[in-house]
Amino acid sequence: MSEALAIKDPFGKATTGKLGMWLFIIMDGLSFGGLLIGGAALRATAPSWPNPGDLLNIPLTGFNTFLLICTSFTMVMALNSLEKGSQSGLKKYLALTLAGGLVFLGIQVYEYYHFILDGFIPSTSIYAAVFYSTTCFHGLHVLSGVIYIACILYAANQGRYTAHDTDQVEILGIFWHFVDLIWIFVFTVIYLI
Amino acid sequence: MSEHHEQTFWTKYIFSTDHKVIAKQFLWLGLFFLAFGGFQALLIRWQLAYPEQPLPWYLLGNLFYEGGLMTPDHYNVLFTMHGTIMIFWAITPMLIGAFGNFIIPLQIGAPDMAFPRLNMISFWTMFLASIVLLASYLLPEGAAAGGWTSYPPLSTPVGGIAGEGQTLWTLALTLAGTSTLMGAINYIITVVRMRAPGMTYFKMPLSVWGLWLTSIMNAIFVPIIAAGLILLLLDRTIGTQFFIAGGLATVEGGDPLLYQHVFWIFGHPEVYILILPAWGIVSELLSVFSRKPAFGAKVTVICMCTIVVLSSIVWGHHMYTTGMSPLLGKAFMFLTLLISIPSSIFFLNWLGTLWRGNLHFDPPMLFAMGVIWVFGLGGLTGLYNATVTSDIYLHDTMFVVGHFHYTMAASVLFGGLAAIYFWFPKMFNKKMNPLLGKIHFWVSFIPLNYVFFNMMVLGYAGQHRRLYNPSEYEFLAPISDLNISITIFAIILGFSQLIFAYNFINSIINGEKAEANPWKANTLEWTLEGPIPHGNFATTPTVYNGPHEYSNPAVKDRDWIAQSEPMPT
Ligand SMILES: [Cu+2]
Repeated sequence: MSEALAIKDPFGKATTGKLGMWLFIIMDGLSFGGLLIGGAALRATAPSWPNPGDLLNIPLTGFNTFLLICTSFTMVMALNSLEKGSQSGLKKYLALTLAGGLVFLGIQVYEYYHFILDGFIPSTSIYAAVFYSTTCFHGLHVLSGVIYIACILYAANQGRYTAHDTDQVEILGIFWHFVDLIWIFVFTVIYLI
Repeated sequence: MSEHHEQTFWTKYIFSTDHKVIAKQFLWLGLFFLAFGGFQALLIRWQLAYPEQPLPWYLLGNLFYEGGLMTPDHYNVLFTMHGTIMIFWAITPMLIGAFGNFIIPLQIGAPDMAFPRLNMISFWTMFLASIVLLASYLLPEGAAAGGWTSYPPLSTPVGGIAGEGQTLWTLALTLAGTSTLMGAINYIITVVRMRAPGMTYFKMPLSVWGLWLTSIMNAIFVPIIAAGLILLLLDRTIGTQFFIAGGLATVEGGDPLLYQHVFWIFGHPEVYILILPAWGIVSELLSVFSRKPAFGAKVTVICMCTIVVLSSIVWGHHMYTTGMSPLLGKAFMFLTLLISIPSSIFFLNWLGTLWRGNLHFDPPMLFAMGVIWVFGLGGLTGLYNATVTSDIYLHDTMFVVGHFHYTMAASVLFGGLAAIYFWFPKMFNKKMNPLLGKIHFWVSFIPLNYVFFNMMVLGYAGQHRRLYNPSEYEFLAPISDLNISITIFAIILGFSQLIFAYNFINSIINGEKAEANPWKANTLEWTLEGPIPHGNFATTPTVYNGPHEYSNPAVKDRDWIAQSEPMPT
């Protein structure tokens, strides 16, 4: 094929799979946007809105937020290890990320459990409805992420990835960082303000 | 790039990752629901013409209702499910699922979609959604009955519909949306990444442009309605009260209008999601059958893009009667009326394509020209709905029903039928009977116009769109004859589709083998000899020409040149 006919691709060297994941997180972000803006609209028109600090355990969730940010760091380290050719590093950091995700979910379940014991359930108030729908939707993303990491860890254990074939790990990273980033928004909107 | 491994029946026809097979699966699914949803329309029409009289034998009334008598509850289910099915289960799978899948890779010279397995999952998610939807009919309280828009509180269990049919409706729609999103990822990335060498964006056929822009809109707006549907589902299942307010609510702060906003932020673009593929296909077919380049093709593309942008900021025109501030109403009216500028421009482009063309009135061309007519009428009558003052009178009347059937139903359906007649030889490697195709056009076109035009008359006379029994109102008595004649024409329209069904199925079984390029068209799919193998092109084609180089004087002896053929100098 002649040079002139070659297609100029504005997305450079990004693999097709990576583009697919980027598109997915844009769409997913719009869903979160719908939930968060919907919540904000309800709040703006509601006759009263509780102060989240009075109802929620902010320090515990603050720790959870910190933990999730740490897993983003371990995810970066996992990719970094693979790029340096360290299979053991890849597996170690993936496992750490997985563990961090599980602890996050555990704390969320613990939080829900105590709320439900205290009688704070989705039908209690419009705030509770917004709280549960948004955090649960995010929690399902963490759960999907944890399963996703487990699958990639399994494949890594079989030596599927090399320093020259990092695409799958990078794609996983995009998703996981997205889940973290969204949590920052959810935490701010639902817990802090 | 073709694959040579052995394929079993299951991997070849059922769980295939070949975009051409998935296209056919979507086509069959769409046609099934088209028949199903269309039949429901006839039942609705019967009730409006002959209120509370037993359904006749040919409408199979006894099969569905005791003594063939339809109750108000049945009627609510009918118009709800007719709308839902036609939009999300008939037109969407046909235009986007079937032709999106079939056309995009073939016309851009790709071996398949970017993510073939995701493509397969997309179809089977849609299949699952269909089962959930159909299962809702079997519930004791019947299927959903809150209208296709499912506004709360009609759609919420408190003060609305208690039956689980509405819950399954919400679930089925969420699943169908998921399927659409998987398709959107595939279509967008396939166009971005898998175009053959030389296939620049402006050398892409207009059909691909339409489908691509539709996918971009799907990717933006379906996630938003998905969020809304999840909240509705929670309201119906775990007792939240997002959309419940006033005396119905037990907690403060819910807002039914929030649902309307979310619904129409998606719902208005949905109109364009459905119509853009039809527009693209029509623009292309008019060029093929006029043997002329598509007039102002680049401008057509720019207009489509403009409409994509504008359509996302006009949703408020569905909500003029919700107590919206007059300033906001005027803003939405202004933005909505702006859409008529790009629409008119490419409408003129269509006429420009036809102007002094060497017109061939084959069935695809007839249907494409039918789209010009019905879309023209639909577009013009939209102005009355977009204008606040006239809309407040026309809101929720049969006028609206007639209008959106012209734009969404008639235009999109004719676009889809044009596409079926046009690509049938490539999909099934058989010819369809052209005479039956032409008859099918006229027996569809005339009754269709009678039905939808007169619906607008009914609405102007004040008939409400979801009325169960018009004969209960004295002021509607003068139009009862019109209600009857519309129903007669609707029944003719419905049953004349049997001609198409016969032609379609008979041609697949007994049809003559089609040649590779029966329409003498330029685009890449016609360079392939059928049946096209998994992987499509033996060698990746190189594209030299635009898609609409018809009657180019540089080409001797014929009036077309394939996109992959170097232009003689
Ligand atoms: Cu609209």
